[in-house]
Amino acid sequence: MRPAPTAIGAEPLPPGALGIETVGMTMRFGNFTALEDVSLRVSPGTFHALLGENGAGKSTLVKCIMGFYHATAGQLLVGGREIEIADPRDARALSMGMVYQHFTLVPSLTVAENLVISRADAPGIIDWGKELEELEAFMASMPFRVPLEQPVNRLAAGEKQKLEILKQLYLGSRFVILDEPTSVLTPDEADEVLGHVRGLCTAGEISVLMITHKFREVTAFADEVSVLRKGRLVGQGKVADLTHEQMAEMMIGVEKEYRPVERSGSPGKLVLELENVRATDRSGLKEIALDNLTVRAGEIVGIAGISGNGQMELMEILTGQRSTSAGQIRVEGEPYKATRAESQAHSVRYLPEEPLRNACAPRMSVIENIAFRSFDRNADQQRFWLTPAEMKRRGNELISAFKVKVAEPEGPIAALSGGNVQRAVLARELTGDVRLLIISNPCFGLDFAAVAEIRARIVAARNAGAGVLLMSEDLDEIMELSDRILVMSDGRINFEVAAQNATLAEIGHHMGGHA
Amino acid sequence: MAAVEQIFRATEAAGFGSLIRRSEAVAVPVLALIVGAAVFGLFLLTQGKSPVDFIAYVWQGGFGSAFSWQNTLSRAAPLLMAAMCVALPARLGLVVIGGEGAIVLGGVATGALGAHLAWAPAPLGITLMVIAAMAVGGIWIGMAGALRHYRGVNETISSLLLSYTAIALMNHLVEGPLRDPASLNKPSTAPLAETMRVGPLPGMDVHWGLALGVLACILCWILIERTAWGFAARIAGGNVRAAQVQGLAVGKLVIGFTALGGAIAGLAGFFEVSTVHGSANASLAAGYGYTGILIAFLARQNTLAIIPVAILLAGIEASSGLVQRRMGLPDATMQVLQGIVFISILMSDAAYGRLAIFKPKGN
Repeated sequence: MRPAPTAIGAEPLPPGALGIETVGMTMRFGNFTALEDVSLRVSPGTFHALLGENGAGKSTLVKCIMGFYHATAGQLLVGGREIEIADPRDARALSMGMVYQHFTLVPSLTVAENLVISRADAPGIIDWGKELEELEAFMASMPFRVPLEQPVNRLAAGEKQKLEILKQLYLGSRFVILDEPTSVLTPDEADEVLGHVRGLCTAGEISVLMITHKFREVTAFADEVSVLRKGRLVGQGKVADLTHEQMAEMMIGVEKEYRPVERSGSPGKLVLELENVRATDRSGLKEIALDNLTVRAGEIVGIAGISGNGQMELMEILTGQRSTSAGQIRVEGEPYKATRAESQAHSVRYLPEEPLRNACAPRMSVIENIAFRSFDRNADQQRFWLTPAEMKRRGNELISAFKVKVAEPEGPIAALSGGNVQRAVLARELTGDVRLLIISNPCFGLDFAAVAEIRARIVAARNAGAGVLLMSEDLDEIMELSDRILVMSDGRINFEVAAQNATLAEIGHHMGGHA
Repeated sequence: MAAVEQIFRATEAAGFGSLIRRSEAVAVPVLALIVGAAVFGLFLLTQGKSPVDFIAYVWQGGFGSAFSWQNTLSRAAPLLMAAMCVALPARLGLVVIGGEGAIVLGGVATGALGAHLAWAPAPLGITLMVIAAMAVGGIWIGMAGALRHYRGVNETISSLLLSYTAIALMNHLVEGPLRDPASLNKPSTAPLAETMRVGPLPGMDVHWGLALGVLACILCWILIERTAWGFAARIAGGNVRAAQVQGLAVGKLVIGFTALGGAIAGLAGFFEVSTVHGSANASLAAGYGYTGILIAFLARQNTLAIIPVAILLAGIEASSGLVQRRMGLPDATMQVLQGIVFISILMSDAAYGRLAIFKPKGN
C-alpha cells in the first residue's frame, strides 16, 4: 500500500523517524545571497521550529532540502548519510514530505480519493473496495482521523490540515516540513493539529521541521529552535532554555544604534484619521479592526508587523479596494473613499508594494505610467484631451529629476529594473503638492543604493509637510524613518510608541502577538 | 533574417528604437496570418484542391474587379462595427464576443421603428432609428459589462449567451408581434418606408455604413489614444489594481466601453436593415458579429488597424460564393479558414517579447 522507502545510496535508510542535517548550506541567486552557511540538525523524532522574519531565508532553506532548489554550496545529510537531492521526487523517495501553507487537496474529492490520488504509484484502474479497506486499516492505526467518505470541501480548516499531515504519513513520510501550518487555523485548531504532530514525534514516527512566526507555538510544541536572519543562522537552542524575548532578539537582531535620518519640523494638523474601521481580511475569516489610527502633517507613522497580519488589507482599505463594514476614514477632516476626485482634492498619494504589480500598467510606456496622476488635470481644471507632447516633455523631465535609468522612455515600463520602476512611481507620486503619502514596503527587493535614495525621498516629503503612513515588514526601515511606531498584529494595532523611545525587543515582542 | 537584423540595428542606432517595437506588433499577426493560411493550404491539399487556385479565386471574387470591390466593401461595413464591439472592451482587458446579438437587436429596433416612420422627414426618422439601434445594442453589451463589474460574471460567457438570447428574441419578434402579414416565406417586420432607406455613397455602389464604420474606427482611435477617458481605460486594462489605486472609476469605464462597443454593433444592425434588407428578419444573424471577433484579434484590438483587416476578411467572405462554385468546396470552407487563422492568431500571442530580433540591443 505505502510506497516502500528507497534510499538513493547503497544501504537502506534506518527505520522510524528520519533525522536530517544541513551542513554549510548556501544559496545564491545571481548576486543575492539568500542563504549563507546554514548548518542545522533535526534529530530523529524531534520537533524543530524554524523562526525568522520575512525574507530571512526560511523558505529558501526548506526548498533546498526538498530539492526545489539546488544549493550553491553545502551538503545535506539524510539519516546520517550525505545525499544529493536532485528534485522533489528524490525527496519523496527518501520519505521526506512537506505540508504547505495553503491546502493542496482537491476540494471536490473525498478524503479517501485525495489520499489515493496523492500516491505516486496510484494504479490506472483503482479498486476502490480494496483501497477503502486499506485506508480504514491505516486510519485505525493513526492517533487521529478524518472521515474517509467526506468531500474535502465539507471539512473545517483544522481537519483539512490534519488530513494534509495524515497524507504525509500515508505516503510514508518520516521527515515532514510544515510551512506555517497554522496560518489558516483558529488557535484551538492549531493547538489540536500541532498536539497530534507533537505526539507523532514523541512516538518516534516522524521528525518535523516547522516554519513559523508564532513564538507561542514554538514554546508549546517544539523541542528545538533555529533562527534565521538575512540568510544566516543567528541562533539555535533547546526551546526549554529560551524565553520569547530571547527568541525575538535573535529574530530581529541585537539592539543597534539607529541613526534616524535628518529631519526637520514638527507634526502639524491631522491629515488621516481612521475611526472604528472594520473589514474582513483576505481569507474572509478574520476581522481587521482599526479603532483609532491617525497621521499628522509632517510626521511619518510606521506600522511594523509580520506580514499577513492585516497590513495588506489596510492598504486595500485606504486605496478603496476593500470595502469596510463599519467606521469612518477621514482625510483632512472630510470623509474619504479614495475616489480620484478626493485623492486629488486632498493630494493623497500612494506607493503600494511591488510597484510593477500594483501601481503600474506593465505594457504601457514609462512616460505614460508617469502621467497616471496628471493626464486628466490641467492645473486645477479637468482635462479631456490628452497632450502627448506635454506628457512626453514632463515624463522626460521627471525621468531625469528622479534619475530613472531607462533605455527608452517610450518603451514598456516592465522592461525596467525593480529600483527604476520604483523611482518612476516615486517621480509620479511625489511630484507636486503631497499632503498624505501612504506607503507599503517601498524598498522590498531593491539594492542598497536605491533603498537609500528612496528613503531619503520619503523623508524629504515628510519634511515638506506631508503626513506619511509607512507600512513595512522591514523593522530597520520602520526604526530609521518613523516619528511614531505602531505594531500591527492579528488585524489590530496592539502597540504604539514614539520612535525615540522604541526598542527592537519590545516591538518584536508585540509583533509576535503579545498584547 | 541577418539582413533584417542589420536593418533593425541601424534603425535603432538612428534613434528609432520605438519603430522596431511597433514593427513587432505588425509582424506577429501577419506571420500568424501566413501560418494560418499555410495550414489551411494543407487542408485544401487533403481535399485534393489547389491552394494556388484558392488564392486566385479569393483575389478574383474579393478584389479583382470593381464589382467584387463593391461586394467586399459592402460586407466590410458591418464587420468594421462588429470588430469595434470586441476591440473597445478589449482595451479594458475584457473579451466580449457577443457582438452578433447587438447587431441583431439593432436591426430589429430599426425595423420595428422604421415601419412606423412614414410620417417623418428622412433626417428625423433616420436619426430616431439610429438612436434606437445604438441604444438597444449598447444596453445589450453594456449588460455584459455591468454583470462583470457588479457580479463578477465572466463577460465572455455572458456576452455569448446574451447573443443567443438576442437571436431567439429576434426570431420571436419577427415571427410574432412584429411580423408583417405580407411576409410569407421569410417572416419579417413590415418594410421600412421608402424615405427611411439609406442610399449608397455618392459615386459608388456601396452604402453609407462603410463611411460610418471607418469614421467610427477613427473616432474610437482618437477616444482611446487622445482623450483622458481612453487613457483611463488603458490604465484599467493594463492593470486594474493600479487603476484602483489611482482612484479611477473602473466600473464606469467597464460599463461605458462595453456599452459603446455594443452601440456601434447596433449601428451595424441599423445599416443592414436600412440599406440591405429593408426590414428586420433572420438574415440579420449572418455571422458578422463572429467574424468581427477574428478581425479585432488580427488587428491587435487597434481600431485603426481594424479598417484594413476588416476589408481583407470582407474580401475573403465576398469570394466565398465563387470559391464554392469553381472549386466545388462546401460553404463551411470559409469557416474552416477563419477558425484556423483564429487559432494561429491566439497562439501567436505567446510570441510577443520572445523574438530576439525585436529587442532593442542598446542600454
